Amino acid sequence: MSRLLTRLKSLDRRILYGALLAAVLLFPIVVRNDYWISTLVFFGIWAILGLSLNIIVGYAGLFQLGHAAFWAVGAYTTAILNIYYKVPILVCLPISALVAAFFAIIISRPILHLRGDYLCIVTIGFGEIVRLFLYNDPFKITGGVNGLRGIARPSIFGLEINTPTAYYYYVLFFVIITIIVMQRLENSRLGRAWNYVREDETAAEAMGIDTVKVKLLAFALGAAWAGVAGNIYASRYTVIAPETFSFWNSVIMFCIVVLGGSGSIPGVFVGTLGMIVLPEVLKSILSSILEWRLLIFGIAMVVMMIFRPEGLWPHSRYRLELRREETSS
Amino acid sequence: MALLEVKNLTKSFGGLVAVNDVSFHLNEGEILGMIGPNGAGKTTVFNLITGIFPPDKGEIRFNGRSLIGLRPHQITELGIARTFQTIRLFPNLTVMENVMAGLHCRTKAGLWASILQTKAQREEEKFIREKALEYIHFMGLGGLEFELAKNLPFGLQKRLEIARALATNPRVLMLDEPAAGLNEQETSELMDLIAKLRDKGITIFLIEHDMKVVMGISERIIVLDNGYKIAEGTPEEIQRNPRVIEAYLGKEE
Amino acid sequence: MDIILQQLLNGITIGSFYALIALGYTMVYGVLKLINFAHGDLFMSGSYLGLTIISILIGAGLGSEALLWALAGVFIVVMAIVAGLGVGIERVAYRPLRRAGRLAPVVSALGVSIALQNAVMLIYGPRYRVYPKGVIPTIYWQVGGLQISFLQVFVLVLSLILMATLYYFIHYTRLGTAVRATALDHDVARLMGIDVDAIVRLIFIIGPALGAAGGIMVGLYYGRINFTLGWGYGLKAFTAAILGGIGNIPGAMVGGMLLGLFETLAAGFIPQGGAWKEAIVFLILILILVVRPTGLLGERVAEKV
Repeated sequence: MSRLLTRLKSLDRRILYGALLAAVLLFPIVVRNDYWISTLVFFGIWAILGLSLNIIVGYAGLFQLGHAAFWAVGAYTTAILNIYYKVPILVCLPISALVAAFFAIIISRPILHLRGDYLCIVTIGFGEIVRLFLYNDPFKITGGVNGLRGIARPSIFGLEINTPTAYYYYVLFFVIITIIVMQRLENSRLGRAWNYVREDETAAEAMGIDTVKVKLLAFALGAAWAGVAGNIYASRYTVIAPETFSFWNSVIMFCIVVLGGSGSIPGVFVGTLGMIVLPEVLKSILSSILEWRLLIFGIAMVVMMIFRPEGLWPHSRYRLELRREETSS
Repeated sequence: MALLEVKNLTKSFGGLVAVNDVSFHLNEGEILGMIGPNGAGKTTVFNLITGIFPPDKGEIRFNGRSLIGLRPHQITELGIARTFQTIRLFPNLTVMENVMAGLHCRTKAGLWASILQTKAQREEEKFIREKALEYIHFMGLGGLEFELAKNLPFGLQKRLEIARALATNPRVLMLDEPAAGLNEQETSELMDLIAKLRDKGITIFLIEHDMKVVMGISERIIVLDNGYKIAEGTPEEIQRNPRVIEAYLGKEE
Repeated sequence: MDIILQQLLNGITIGSFYALIALGYTMVYGVLKLINFAHGDLFMSGSYLGLTIISILIGAGLGSEALLWALAGVFIVVMAIVAGLGVGIERVAYRPLRRAGRLAPVVSALGVSIALQNAVMLIYGPRYRVYPKGVIPTIYWQVGGLQISFLQVFVLVLSLILMATLYYFIHYTRLGTAVRATALDHDVARLMGIDVDAIVRLIFIIGPALGAAGGIMVGLYYGRINFTLGWGYGLKAFTAAILGGIGNIPGAMVGGMLLGLFETLAAGFIPQGGAWKEAIVFLILILILVVRPTGLLGERVAEKV
């Protein structure tokens, strides 16, 4: 398995990515199966979520096990604005991102100094508080346990996006934009600052990096992007409910990042494939072992971490390391 | 006026007084050494000056400006850089990336500039890479740009840490036991380096146990023992100072 | 006044469950700096195992008197099994990752938690399972306006015994000192001749065993259990451990009691308190970590720069 991956990785990058792009663009035309197209739309939304969490966990190395909360803030902001105030979906998009970012800044500021494991628990806590807030609905705007329904579809210049194929290209557009933005951030001063904070926060601070600001930016950006995913999700399924934004889904997002190879963009896609698409694929093929799905899942997580703690597709700077290990063993 | 002035610096941890009423100054362009038996409080003095924690009492002034209450990154921005007693590189990052860290506070591309890749940002990135390579070559690490820091041999790791600190373009470079663990050849190279840096206009403040190094390159030396400053003077004066001799010989070597 | 006293009693009963589970968290964290996400699920396994064994004993025709005495055996057997489970998990899922960074152990622990939960679900089914009634005789005493049940006394006494034993062990025996030393610094402990791996195994015996005891007691007290039990209790127990000062054993006990008290009082006196119970617990947790991360009894451990 790992030799296959190594071979794949050493192929001329441009050929590989070119072929991939072509396949991705042509997919709905070649495969006229709405179920699979919708699955890929789902995959795309989750990939964006994974990439957003990748900023916080992968780049900045901060524990975040409550990321679904930011996703929820984005989705519910869109839903509330759209249902009660008739704000068009595409206008809700940047607003949702900003609200999520703002929310992230407020809750993360007091807890930024916490060490890894504590931050872990606190983020779980925030995730649950948000979910409980949505569930209990104290201000009567979130729809409680049933959530909100009747969210509109996005429309561009009067053209509404409401078929699987249309959604496919709509989400693909966002995925590509996200990849481009992430790539640029990765190779920028800010991206490097995140790496320094992840590797050794004290040393980073001593080298002149404002670690508080850098960490806040990680949370804010990660949240903003999750908010975008929330907007897309809300309008795609037109119904949202608190149970979607659960700790379980936060765990899945976290695993997508870590199992894929934290800090690595291709890694996030591999991780999403493994955590989201694979179970879907297995579901239809092996419906008899549906019950065993989660058990296998849990065991697979443990096995993965033992045999490949750096993830399936770690960041390119480690490739030299791993190639050395692989050739020597 | 001295470049760095420390007056009545005091710091306790729980019941232990690590630094007790220590005063000294650092003149621009000089090489000041700080010696003392283990546990004398030397690294604590470094940590206080660089803002890792605040002093209980006392003043620290850099160029007349008080450093107390400032965060470490602000102090670095003002022009004081340091290395650590136990090397604190970014182990899973490359040599290049490590050195670029020092350039962070001297550049300014922010979030939007990075996403939009403005012309100014792209030029700044080019500047950062070029500058980093300069420091890498200056410290003799040429050819190792893409090695992970954790894979470097010890001596080169120490050089990398200095390269990274230099990249912040400091006025004062504080080195915490730079000669620890180095062999004879490496130590003599280190002494040449420090002299070269001083000639470039950087003020050096170093903690060191290796007497050959300290006596060899320091213009002045201060001696700490048990949190107190017990002596100050030229290397010759310190070597003859009975209190200093007692502090070292009265304890385990 | 009577209501308050009653709530207090209920509070410390629940608090003892939290305390027993919290002890497991705090010991593992103290020695390994690892949050064992699977700990709550070990507690849950204990309650299911207890159910099975008690059911077997009842099926074998044991009368209620004999059953009560056999209960001691049940506890011991279940605690031993769960302890074995704990040691196994440590060996397989945590030990290989001791030097693998910070993220991998968390994913592994989450994986174990998921696997354990679902294993139990597959074996016992997803619905609530009911503990046999009357294992503990339903006797009540009236002390003033307070109603105390035999069950409550049983739970409190047993918890107290377990916690006191642990406290004595940690603070007054050589092995206990070795545990404390390992918690402070693995390398120095090793230099002192302490077999760190053996200490870790010991921690994973004691912690899960205590949790399992708590699990059986929860089953007896509430009467029904579900495979998702570990999640809620686990989180609250962890909060209790942090409240008392993570890594601090008396702290976990104190934290557990306080949390149980707080939760019962809040649910009783705040309108709609029940729905927000978990949120309140989390808020407490976050507040502690922000305001006083060392907890009530914990020590500040400064990072050496």
